[in-house]
Amino acid sequence: MSKKHSSAVPAPSASSPKPTSEPAAPQKAPAKPAQQVTAVEMGARQREISVSEFFTKNRHLLGFDNPRKALLTCVKEAVDNALDACEEAGILPDVTVALEVVSNGEPVAPSQASKFRITVTDNGPGIVRQHIPRIFAKLLYGSKFHRMRMSRGQQGIGISAAGMYGQLTTGKPVKIISRTGPKAAAHFFEVQIDTKKNEPLVHENKQIEWRQPQGTQVTLEVEGKYQKGRASVDEWLEQTSIANPHVRLVYRTPEGETKEYPRTYHELPPSPREIKPHPYGIEFGMLLKMLQDTKSHSLSGFLSSDFCRVSPQLADEICRAAKVSPNMKPRDLKGPAAEVLYRTIQNTKIMAPPTNCISPIGEKAILAGLYKQIKGEFYTAVSRPPAVYRGNPFIIEAGLAYGNRPEDQTKPQQPAQPKAEGEHEEEDSELARVIRYANRVPLLYQQSACATFKAVLNTTWKNYGVTQSRGALPGGPMVIFVHMASVWVPFTSESKEAIADYDEIQKEITLALRECGRRLGLFLRRRERAASEFRRRNIFELYIEEVVDACDRLKGGTLQKEKLKAQLQKIATSRTGGLKTDEALGKTGAGPEGLPHSIIVTAEGVEGEVELASRIEADAAAVSFSGEAGRPVAEKPADKPSRGKAGQMALFNKPDGPNRPDRPNRRNRPNRPDKPTPRSAPRGKK
Amino acid sequence: MTTKTKKTTAVEKKLIGLADIVIAAADRAKDPTFAIPIRALSNVSFNPRKGLIEMGQKKQARSFFNVGMAKKFMQTVLVADALSELQRADLTTSLREIYYRTKHTIKDSHENTFDTQDESDPVIEDLEVSLAALREELHVRAENSGSIVGPVVFGDDGDRVDCAKLGKGGYSVPSIVEPEYLEIRRCTADFVLLVEKGTQWNRLSEDKFWRRYNCVLLTGNGQPPRGVRRLARRLHEEHRLPVYVLVDNDPWGYYIYSVIKQGSINLAFESQRMAIPKAKFVGLSSADPERYELPRNVGIKLNEKDIARAKELMNYQWFQKPAWQAEIKRMLTSGLKYELDALANKDFQYLTKKYLPRKLKEKDWLD
Repeated sequence: MSKKHSSAVPAPSASSPKPTSEPAAPQKAPAKPAQQVTAVEMGARQREISVSEFFTKNRHLLGFDNPRKALLTCVKEAVDNALDACEEAGILPDVTVALEVVSNGEPVAPSQASKFRITVTDNGPGIVRQHIPRIFAKLLYGSKFHRMRMSRGQQGIGISAAGMYGQLTTGKPVKIISRTGPKAAAHFFEVQIDTKKNEPLVHENKQIEWRQPQGTQVTLEVEGKYQKGRASVDEWLEQTSIANPHVRLVYRTPEGETKEYPRTYHELPPSPREIKPHPYGIEFGMLLKMLQDTKSHSLSGFLSSDFCRVSPQLADEICRAAKVSPNMKPRDLKGPAAEVLYRTIQNTKIMAPPTNCISPIGEKAILAGLYKQIKGEFYTAVSRPPAVYRGNPFIIEAGLAYGNRPEDQTKPQQPAQPKAEGEHEEEDSELARVIRYANRVPLLYQQSACATFKAVLNTTWKNYGVTQSRGALPGGPMVIFVHMASVWVPFTSESKEAIADYDEIQKEITLALRECGRRLGLFLRRRERAASEFRRRNIFELYIEEVVDACDRLKGGTLQKEKLKAQLQKIATSRTGGLKTDEALGKTGAGPEGLPHSIIVTAEGVEGEVELASRIEADAAAVSFSGEAGRPVAEKPADKPSRGKAGQMALFNKPDGPNRPDRPNRRNRPNRPDKPTPRSAPRGKK
Repeated sequence: MTTKTKKTTAVEKKLIGLADIVIAAADRAKDPTFAIPIRALSNVSFNPRKGLIEMGQKKQARSFFNVGMAKKFMQTVLVADALSELQRADLTTSLREIYYRTKHTIKDSHENTFDTQDESDPVIEDLEVSLAALREELHVRAENSGSIVGPVVFGDDGDRVDCAKLGKGGYSVPSIVEPEYLEIRRCTADFVLLVEKGTQWNRLSEDKFWRRYNCVLLTGNGQPPRGVRRLARRLHEEHRLPVYVLVDNDPWGYYIYSVIKQGSINLAFESQRMAIPKAKFVGLSSADPERYELPRNVGIKLNEKDIARAKELMNYQWFQKPAWQAEIKRMLTSGLKYELDALANKDFQYLTKKYLPRKLKEKDWLD
């Protein structure tokens, strides 16, 4: 049937200049109306699809599903790029994010606006002029995809996809200003993407004057929706600042406010090294491709030079076990023999991959971030030692901020209204909040699909003195911080919203959370003990008054009230343990026991990592806030009771700072002699 | 009994004594402590000779400087203060008013001295026991929840109350029936019939049962309050009237009878003047359904609580008489309980016309 037709229709018509099939169909129509299409015609319709076209149609895959999310994704991609560039170049990042409403004529309220201009400026290394168009207007172009190294971006799609989204929704090109140094000229570009060819179209390219000596500025105009609250740009930036305390972040909101997140950690995270793939981490097809592409001439050479943790001896051993010659050309290994080799590799014992390719945030930095952004009374942070899933090394870090500041606790109780029968103190039913990060980037969507969230639910928080209903988050006020750093974070989808649930990852998160929980439990018990002693003494003091008054009335007003009161109070003090209670109440100067990497805020001041805390407060105080300046840390005077200013500086200049990735687990050795441990110093309060 | 003022002073002295305990202890730097007799089964014993439940000597210490007791201690002193105020002003009041009188928010706190009346009631009972003062002496009264009708004449605040001329409603028994408050001027009845339920009392009163059988009809609407129990005791004691008790056939009915007869565990200290050891149980007995041919379908299945309570009763010393053990066992074996109201199944006036006459004629009762 198809043969008959293919001979009936002359071949040239199939390869006619018009590639679309629409004109072809009517031509045939008069002959046989419900005719089937021939293979040749079908073949003629086959066309190459450009990546850009694909993503135009499938933008939800990249996080552009709805206007609100799209706005966030654009900001996120631009900021991620800025931070990656700064860190790779060894510059402490200084990033400004500005959101402006784009309106034609009349002013529109930010919550009503549908178009926004996003401008992200950094102080990074800048971009060489020739690369600018392709970086910003060619999908799948970038430096990060082909290497095994930890970075925020992974695939080279992000910023160009954001640009394309802008182009699609507003028709405006991406504007870039870049300067590679004070002596170089600043370049201004306007680029768009040719979606068919996936190639950049340069609209404008000129040298301009720019007040910044170095850096990059990207301006996107996109369709979006600005809304505060959960999963908003504001929340994302705030969380970014928690996990990246080494970044100074300035945010100009669409309302015209300026929020500044100061730099509270003055050390760059150590630059992660690039590693070769670990043999456990590759798929069979990948191995075949590598066999074809390798520069090595022998199989054993290929194994030992293209993978990490494979020595020449081990390579020979693998070859022997797979019954292939170590000297054969890698290119010649095909079919079943290659499969045998692949299986042999998976069954050979190979050392875990090196872990210096990941740079964790570090306990001190997490503490700094949490302390800066979240008002609480207890903070702690844990960095787990590196672990491996599917040949990819990773590190899990967790942190906690718990409770209310002492000054806030007393406030709501002020209106002292007598309670009627049946009235009780209203219960706090707030639940904890989980903030999730992958390679320092906050994850805001798909919380319940994320391995971190599941680990939080599976942790028995009741053991640590926190309420938790069955299958729910623990009771608040609490913020739980979880970070996964890896050369390749396994996301559940392309839009990078949730971390996949590998057993190894789950286990590490759980261990980190347990350690945080254990410290929280310790703190809560200590606080509870002090509080109950306090309450005990308080009860007696309250009741003494009542009893004395009643006795006085019974005695017909003839009692020496003051004398009786004094006598009873004396008994009360001796009965409630006197000095011991003072100790439990933290009035004698004993610091937190067994709580490494923690900060405790009490009404009397800060305990634990005092240097860190006071440094943060100093940084925060130096910032002049405008608009919603209500960040409480700024109100705290920088000269709060703290000690050892010299020790502070030493802490931050230590060469083996808290970010050293191969640092042993600190749990067993809280008293490192080379560190100024806070509890060795007196708290200066008696 | 005549020198009313002298007596109140005695109670007031006892109350002031509590303040003295606090002052004396403070002087010696000791923890102020009250000794309060325990009001529980563990501290009562049955005196078979007197036929009374008597309170033992066990006391519990309530000290101020003990976190668990501090509040109770403070509350005790506050209630004592309120009670002494009543004494001085010569007023009587209710439990609930004491609760309101002593309730306030403690200075500089959000804590109330009392949160509910459930906290102040036991404190008052504690004081009654530990001061060996009767509730009436403390000037605290309960609700008037009892009725009386029959050939008896009272003097109440100078008014003459003839209970034979009060229609079917009768006279509402006051909560304090001590001679100085209520005088029994004349009584010509032959016996007292104490009925558990108001409904059955109404039936008997409406049918003028008391006239035909020349008796006094009393009810306490459930567990009889002190006033009713004390009045029955006075009629029994002062006018030599035998007391018969008519209750439902269930463990709670049995217990009501035992409280009337021997006194209660909670207020064992008051048995002396409340209990009527010679009171008789006329019904409803577990033998009656058969004897009076009550159909099985008017019975109610015993629930778990009933069974547990019945077994508890069988262990009480004052239920050890063989007749009583048999009575309770019979109920447990039948697995059913019967209300007095079930008698209406045969006839609306069955209780008045058949049941009680036959009971009294046959002298069919338990001791």
